[in-house]
Amino acid sequence: MSKVVEGLYYAKTHEWLKVEGDVALIGITDYAQDSLGDVVFVDLPSVGDSFDKEDSFGAVESVKAASDLMMPVGGEVIEVNEELNDAPELLNEDPYANFIIKIKVNDLDELNDLLDAKAYEELTK
Amino acid sequence: MDNFSKTPLYEEHVKLGAKMVEYGGFLMPLEYTSIKQEHESVRNKAGIFDVSHMGEVMITGVDATRFMEKLYSNDVVNCPNFKVTYGFMLNESGGVIDDMMVYKFNDEKYFLVFNAANAQKDYDHIIKTMKGYKVEVEDLRITCALVAVQGPLAVDMVQAIVEDDIVSLKFMSFKEVKINGETCIISRTGYTGEDGFEIYTSNENIKYIWSELLKNPDIAPAGLGCRDTLRFEASLPLYGQEIDENITPLEAGLGFGVKFNHDFIGKEALLKLKEDGIKRTSVGIELLDRGIPRHGYKVLINDEEIGYITTGYMSITLNKPIAMALIDVRYAQVGTKVEVLIRNKKVKAVVRDKKFYQKTYKK
Repeated sequence: MSKVVEGLYYAKTHEWLKVEGDVALIGITDYAQDSLGDVVFVDLPSVGDSFDKEDSFGAVESVKAASDLMMPVGGEVIEVNEELNDAPELLNEDPYANFIIKIKVNDLDELNDLLDAKAYEELTK
Repeated sequence: MDNFSKTPLYEEHVKLGAKMVEYGGFLMPLEYTSIKQEHESVRNKAGIFDVSHMGEVMITGVDATRFMEKLYSNDVVNCPNFKVTYGFMLNESGGVIDDMMVYKFNDEKYFLVFNAANAQKDYDHIIKTMKGYKVEVEDLRITCALVAVQGPLAVDMVQAIVEDDIVSLKFMSFKEVKINGETCIISRTGYTGEDGFEIYTSNENIKYIWSELLKNPDIAPAGLGCRDTLRFEASLPLYGQEIDENITPLEAGLGFGVKFNHDFIGKEALLKLKEDGIKRTSVGIELLDRGIPRHGYKVLINDEEIGYITTGYMSITLNKPIAMALIDVRYAQVGTKVEVLIRNKKVKAVVRDKKFYQKTYKK
């Protein structure tokens, strides 16, 4: 059974969002890291890159495959988690404590399309 | 999932909590713990693989050698008894129908081992080719089970369950031995680049062998995930990636499995290819920037496509992004600067040798 954290927003593409004001941290869920297996590389965007909702902003690569990272909402990248360059396995060890990017959200209304913890748990059952 | 075949060890994999995937028509374990851990177990200690999905046939009869000369690209005439060779069944164009291991018992008896995904195609090809030869083909695809025990500690672990001596068995040799009172074929072969053995036995006896070997705390059950990362580091080919019906063994750098001293299907095409000059060849590639080269990614020079990645990984042993690629022979020199197209980004790379990992066979 994968772990789901209360209070976060979830995308059907298995990213989580932690929102504070108009800023959000984005990471991948426990379900995602478990399906991927050993993460060996994270392809990060650059600070200043802008993406629309559902754009691919990078990729998480396990030993066996590459998996696109999708924007749960549109926004501009204001920070990337550089630690993942040297320690991509952090996403396996604690996917909720290790964000991938921090963004400035364009339109907070887009959050309404995302799932809450309960709905996401249901999805990944 | 009900349409897929199961090996006799299926229940054991489920009990061990393996992630099961479809492969070659079978439900097979991808990983039990993690690909990385299992990979490292095989490199440093030992791992046991259920590879019962592989296809096997026994060819017997007075024409067996003559038939094998037609069917198979490697030399069986000069092969001593109880030696294993690696080679190909080719089509008329010299493309690979399948790669296989051939166990020669004697001039009238050969044991063939080929890929699960091609097993039906291979079997049909063998049956079609045998017309006019006094041979019998015994289909062992379902009745023959197989485990591979691989890694530096494999020899002692396997010896502990075999009555006869297997320590002195040389790489690419085999013998018949008794395990649990039953006669089995055991060869010093594998698909990992490590020392190790492959054991062919009945569907019942394989369960005994599996559970006996796993009593040893230094051996890990190992899935298809690490089987692929291990064979890749040893630059061993996988059908469907390094070779297929449109890639010849000569292009794939596997000419050692082709001997021109006999007439086999595909020989004419290969001779013509040699005469005309080979246009593409298999090379090693190492990325100079961040990324992971994967199967199918394009290899470029100045925006021009010169080939593609056949297999690539973030190598677990080397911790570097490396690959095998099939590219235009004009750019195949070691040191040639190329680019790999990864998610529409061009990543700098260089052509290198394919000696990613130093194999530790007992020759």
